[in-house]
Amino acid sequence: MRPFIEKCAEKGLLLSALLSASITIFILSFMLLFSLPLFREGKIVEFLRLGWNPYDGKFGVLPMVVGTVIIASFAIFIATPFGIGCSALISVFSQRSFGRFLRKLVEFMTGIPTVIYSFVAIFLLVPLVREIFQEGTGMCVLSASIILALLVLPTIVLFLTDAFNSVPKNYLNAAEALGATPVQKLIYVIIPSAWKGIISGLVLAAGRAAGDTMISLMIAGNALQIPRGLSGAARTLTSHIALIIASDYESPEFKSIFVCGLILFVFTMLIVLILRLLGYFEILRER
Amino acid sequence: MKIKLKITLLISIFTFLVAGNSLGIAGDLDPFLSVKGTLRIAGGTAHIPVMKEAAKRIMYMNRDIKITIAGGGSGVGIKQAGEGLVDIGNTGRKATDDEIKRYGLKMFKFAIDGIAVVVNPENPVASMKKTEIMDIFSGKLDNWKALGWKDRATNVYTRDASSGTRKVFWKKALKKGEITKTANFVKSHGAMKSAISVDPYGIGYISVGYLDNTVAPVSLDGISPTLENVRKGNYNIARGLYMNTKGEPSGLTRLFIDYILSKEGQKLVTEKGFIAVKQ
Repeated sequence: MRPFIEKCAEKGLLLSALLSASITIFILSFMLLFSLPLFREGKIVEFLRLGWNPYDGKFGVLPMVVGTVIIASFAIFIATPFGIGCSALISVFSQRSFGRFLRKLVEFMTGIPTVIYSFVAIFLLVPLVREIFQEGTGMCVLSASIILALLVLPTIVLFLTDAFNSVPKNYLNAAEALGATPVQKLIYVIIPSAWKGIISGLVLAAGRAAGDTMISLMIAGNALQIPRGLSGAARTLTSHIALIIASDYESPEFKSIFVCGLILFVFTMLIVLILRLLGYFEILRER
Repeated sequence: MKIKLKITLLISIFTFLVAGNSLGIAGDLDPFLSVKGTLRIAGGTAHIPVMKEAAKRIMYMNRDIKITIAGGGSGVGIKQAGEGLVDIGNTGRKATDDEIKRYGLKMFKFAIDGIAVVVNPENPVASMKKTEIMDIFSGKLDNWKALGWKDRATNVYTRDASSGTRKVFWKKALKKGEITKTANFVKSHGAMKSAISVDPYGIGYISVGYLDNTVAPVSLDGISPTLENVRKGNYNIARGLYMNTKGEPSGLTRLFIDYILSKEGQKLVTEKGFIAVKQ
């Protein structure tokens, strides 16, 4: 017979787990329920078209989808080399205590609010980018991607250091016994055996980059176009929702929010799916 | 000895300030003395300076009153007032017939405001034709060189869908013409001002009440967007500023609206750079 208090704790934990799981399901069903009329009337096609022009009756959210994909993937492109470099420094190259200090610093970075990043970027990065390109406002894909890269860097670094640290010690010892330098150890032993952790980190970071609102809202420019280059302004799905949310409930503008939300949700689910698949392959390999 | 003197001095200054303040504002604020409660205001961002100052004076008078002021834009003002989330929803445009019918809104116009086209102070182009404004915002005229300045692209800034300022500017200045797809979107008057003040090649539009030396107003067809010109009707890109309530206002909401429309409230409107509706 277990003590009563332990039973209570178990029930309490079960309850909180059920609650948080049901909230996720509730949100998904809410999104589906509200975008159902769009599917039923066949209007969904209209929202997935190219071009947003309320004066002309066009409400296609495709420019925002493209904007999101470009900004998020470019952010990951910038963050990846820095992420790998940082984690290699933390878990391979530096002294233990210094590595731990660096890791604490990166953990601290996760706590910086995104609005602070964007606020500082408006005054420091945006004018610089504007003068480099000699065109546009400086509020563009490049600026947003750089700051988003800064935002997702901690996610990548924390994942990668964990992955690097979980490489079996005897592999490393074997490499060392063969006379491998730290760089050779990193390239030939650590990265190949930690690839799953690296991919997980990058995919999660991509999810964060696509889901962040404040940075793209404040420094991507929010223009209703598909950006022509890195100096072009773009609007992401998240900032589109933030910009439109105040409009009339009955308007097609407002309805497009649900389409955007659904797209973001599907994107997140894809990310979870990719991570699960990675785990599945890992199990296969072990057999 | 010295410290004692300082403290006495501080206390006397404080008493003087308190006494002076309450003496100065006696009258129109009196009805607030005997009430307590909370008042929530949201919506148009042009209204904020007036609302803030009024709220400050009222809350200074009577500590039992709490007034919160949020932005969001005219669309937010109507929606939140209509749904009872706030007591007063501010708009920089008239509520549409549909909105009035759906929510049972009551409008209170308390000021008239001009909308000025603004550029960065570095920009020497101080005067434009109205057709040039339309061309710039539609993207047809996309280089400052055509207006006699550097060979740099014009960066157009506009407001989000909720903005009443955008609706009025679009109707009265752009004659319902198109706004270029490359336009940057900002979410409030404050954001517009800071965007233009850091972008030498930017052009946007802003409430006349928000004008200061961080941005430069542009004359249209030779008429500069001053309060004087708006009052006389020479500068016609103007609109009323409204407070909206769901149904007939009562209690603290009523008192607040009455205060804004009182002599002192209207003086405040003028001080903040708008035109009073009652002289």
